[in-house]
Amino acid sequence: MLRKIRIILAAIFFIGVTLLFLDFTGTLHAYLGWMAKVQFLPAVLAMNFVVVVGLLLLTLVFGRVYCSVICPLGVMQDIISWVHGKTKKKNRFRFSYSPAKNWLRYTVLVLFVLGLVLGAHSIAILIAPYSAYGRIAGNLLAPLYQWGNNLLAWFAEKAGSYAFYSVDVWIKSVSTFIIAAVTLIVVGVLAWKHGRTWCNTICPVGTVLGFFSRFSVFAPVIDTEKCRNCGLCGKQCKASCINMKEHEIDYSRCVACMDCIDTCNEGAIHYARRSFARAQEDRKGAQEDKKDIQEDKKGADQSRRAFLISGAIAGTAVATHAQDMKVDGGLAAIEHAQKPERQTPLVPAGALSVKNFQDHCTACQLCVSVCPNEVLRPSTSLSTLMLPEMSYERGYCRPECTRCSDICPAGAIKPVSREEKSSIQIGHAVVNLDACVVNTDEVSCGNCARHCPAGAISMVRKNPDDPKSLRIPAVNEEICIGCGACENLCPARPFTAIHVEGHEVHKTI
Amino acid sequence: MNTMKNNNIDRREFFKTAGVAAAVMSGMGVAAGCKEGGSMTSTGTAAEDGEMTYRTNPGNGDKVSILGYGCMRWPMIKDEDGKDVVDQETTNRLVDHALEHGVNYFDTAPVYLQGQSEKATGIALKRHPRESYFIATKLSNFSNFTRENSLEMYRKSFENLQVDYIDYYLLHSLGGGGVEQFNRRYVDNGILDFLMEERKAGRIRNLGFSFHGDNATFDEFLKLHDKYHWDFVQIQLNYLDWNNGGNTKANAAYLQQELDRLGIPSVIMEPLLGGRLSKVPQYVADQFKERSPQSSVASWAFRFAGTPAGVLSVLSGMTYMEHLQDNLGTYSPLKPLDQEEMDFLEYIADLMKKYPTVPCNDCKYCMPCPYGIDIPAILLHYNKCVNAGEIAKSIEDEGYKKARRAYLVSYDRAVPKLRQAARCTGCNQCSEHCPQRINIPREIQRIDKYVENLRKDTL
Repeated sequence: MLRKIRIILAAIFFIGVTLLFLDFTGTLHAYLGWMAKVQFLPAVLAMNFVVVVGLLLLTLVFGRVYCSVICPLGVMQDIISWVHGKTKKKNRFRFSYSPAKNWLRYTVLVLFVLGLVLGAHSIAILIAPYSAYGRIAGNLLAPLYQWGNNLLAWFAEKAGSYAFYSVDVWIKSVSTFIIAAVTLIVVGVLAWKHGRTWCNTICPVGTVLGFFSRFSVFAPVIDTEKCRNCGLCGKQCKASCINMKEHEIDYSRCVACMDCIDTCNEGAIHYARRSFARAQEDRKGAQEDKKDIQEDKKGADQSRRAFLISGAIAGTAVATHAQDMKVDGGLAAIEHAQKPERQTPLVPAGALSVKNFQDHCTACQLCVSVCPNEVLRPSTSLSTLMLPEMSYERGYCRPECTRCSDICPAGAIKPVSREEKSSIQIGHAVVNLDACVVNTDEVSCGNCARHCPAGAISMVRKNPDDPKSLRIPAVNEEICIGCGACENLCPARPFTAIHVEGHEVHKTI
Repeated sequence: MNTMKNNNIDRREFFKTAGVAAAVMSGMGVAAGCKEGGSMTSTGTAAEDGEMTYRTNPGNGDKVSILGYGCMRWPMIKDEDGKDVVDQETTNRLVDHALEHGVNYFDTAPVYLQGQSEKATGIALKRHPRESYFIATKLSNFSNFTRENSLEMYRKSFENLQVDYIDYYLLHSLGGGGVEQFNRRYVDNGILDFLMEERKAGRIRNLGFSFHGDNATFDEFLKLHDKYHWDFVQIQLNYLDWNNGGNTKANAAYLQQELDRLGIPSVIMEPLLGGRLSKVPQYVADQFKERSPQSSVASWAFRFAGTPAGVLSVLSGMTYMEHLQDNLGTYSPLKPLDQEEMDFLEYIADLMKKYPTVPCNDCKYCMPCPYGIDIPAILLHYNKCVNAGEIAKSIEDEGYKKARRAYLVSYDRAVPKLRQAARCTGCNQCSEHCPQRINIPREIQRIDKYVENLRKDTL
């Protein structure tokens, strides 16, 4: 019974979290967004006190049910391990007790915290469980989902229906894609062979929760009177935490999956309340520890600023020109704009500042998955590897869209309303007149000015003395919000003649 | 026969609703072609039941079929490199079918279909005796007026069409820029004198011009008749701009009357306005169907264009076999409109002017846009939505949400993102090529604004 409840709850969370990464329409996020927000590490980084305390209390009362139910990476491992168990009966009972590798667990945890604090953020979050799953779902699963959608869209188009529309499937960052694939292989192989090894030796969240679950009120306990030492429970324990000889369970590693209870033919294992006095005593200690952790994070001052060497945009813009002989019809070839090098990275409205963004982000890629404008993508720069950044080659950050800020579970992008967003300055546009088609092609343009939602671009006379002069764009930096409409729609190539530079600290204009 | 005809109409209806997206159209076309394989010949027989109507050229006695083949819209396919090329096999079939059913006038130009039309037309026609058809082509020296370039273009037409004489040769698109432009293109460089010599030598059998301008300019050119002796003139004529040419400020009634006065035969272009007079709003289509349930909407436009006695031939750019069959039915033989039917079409014309469509006929003269925009696709998609009544006026509208989704989804399907209206720089290099005198950037930016409002939900 308990096992069934665990499986049902786990399925709900797993499917829910997965759908968050798959649904590009943004409809489900209003209903399921909380599933990302109750994830442990994002909640810690978001300083979401309620969730963190709630999860710790949950663990103190019921053990590591978080790992069995809420954590999508944990559930994914359970699924892989279960599939292996289904192949042969022998495989289901492939486990055996092994002592906890505490030195390894705590070393990894310490390195992880140090990484977060001292500026190796992007290395540390490689092993953050929820984010790792997010990268897998967002990079490996989402394309399949989108192709499926595009197939339906194709049918819909044939049937003249607007029920489905086609979306672009593209690899947003090759490095992050590879990292996701490698993570899946490593975690997948470990789960296939050894069940929950990852969670009990490497996962920093598992280690922290394991510290608390040792003192949990409820836990599976072995009734030595009934036990006939068949050893079945230990052989099926994917956490390898049941010491059959001693009739002891290592509660720091037990994820409260309840499998052992169902496996025991003698009914010798119960999920029951442990000694109250002991639990209470432990809880006191635990709370102090928790405080420490909180303060740790708060004091985390990370001095990381990516100084990108200025890459002044050289290169003359070459617009796509028509054929030499004017014939009717045909389409000029499209040359895609190249990504400009930005001295300060662009992060979404709600991030408050580049630093705040980088301090809190766990690189789960949820914002990247939901961005409907194809603006967000994982960074490829080494110091901010996998952390999302914005660029405007494929779309621009529409002022009326707040999806990333609605969904971010880690407080890296704080919620902003539509109205707030349209007045938050995340950067400002810079014009390179040498590349502007008004100068290179000697035509009138003004597409940037026409599409600026802030009205920050005016077309001024190139030659002030000539009333009929062509007009060139001029940016009012004070009211530019950095949305990138101008950059996205600029016809100059290979680099656009107008691009947005990020601001280190965002401000409301 | 009735059922056959009915099928035919259904198919046209089908295309009408299928939309303008080229991909959809071609996809459907193929499907329809396969499905209707059997009935094609029987529709053909239906056309054979009657005889094609022929008009006599008063100048030389040419017996010209009232249905002329416009070679501006041959079916296109993608080659290995993804480039659009003429589907020669299907083109050959269309030409064979047309000749077999009495069509004998083929109108092309060096610039049509990205410059591929003359060659494709030549290949298809070369398979038939030279005396069985008349070829019309043009001197399209818009971008380069020099004598060398014009002569080269003239010479190239013979090579592409694989002929040693041209039946009908036109100075392409007079009107824009008035007589001044005409002088620059044809007189100052001595080209017109050369062409008159060619006419004397028999390599050009009829010399004329195609016209896209206003009434006053037309008068100017007709004044030159004494000097150049125009053997024929090609004009835009249809029931929508019979009395009021809209942007072009020419009304066909006047143009035709003047040609009749001088005894110059006319060739008609845009009888269907690039499909705008067949893909009409449903309400308008119902008016046609109520009067004559068995006739296609398009057939009305063709009967109208063929009715004036001075018309030598009515051009139709028939991409699909179904179009060809429907037109053969309409013109074999032509039943000229009576006064009552004329009045009905006048009423329809007034009705249609109430729909805010953009008068784009998909001739693609504006293309390619140097910044990659697909101008006709954007305008046609907009027109389609106007005709379907799917343009929302405000967010308060009943059915706003449905119209919004329909517009945005179908827009992305019809036009790739990087070719949409948002990319228009407003450089206005396109407008001068538009024979309908559309202010293209203004229309494109108006549509862009509408799309933006839909996206932002701020309509």
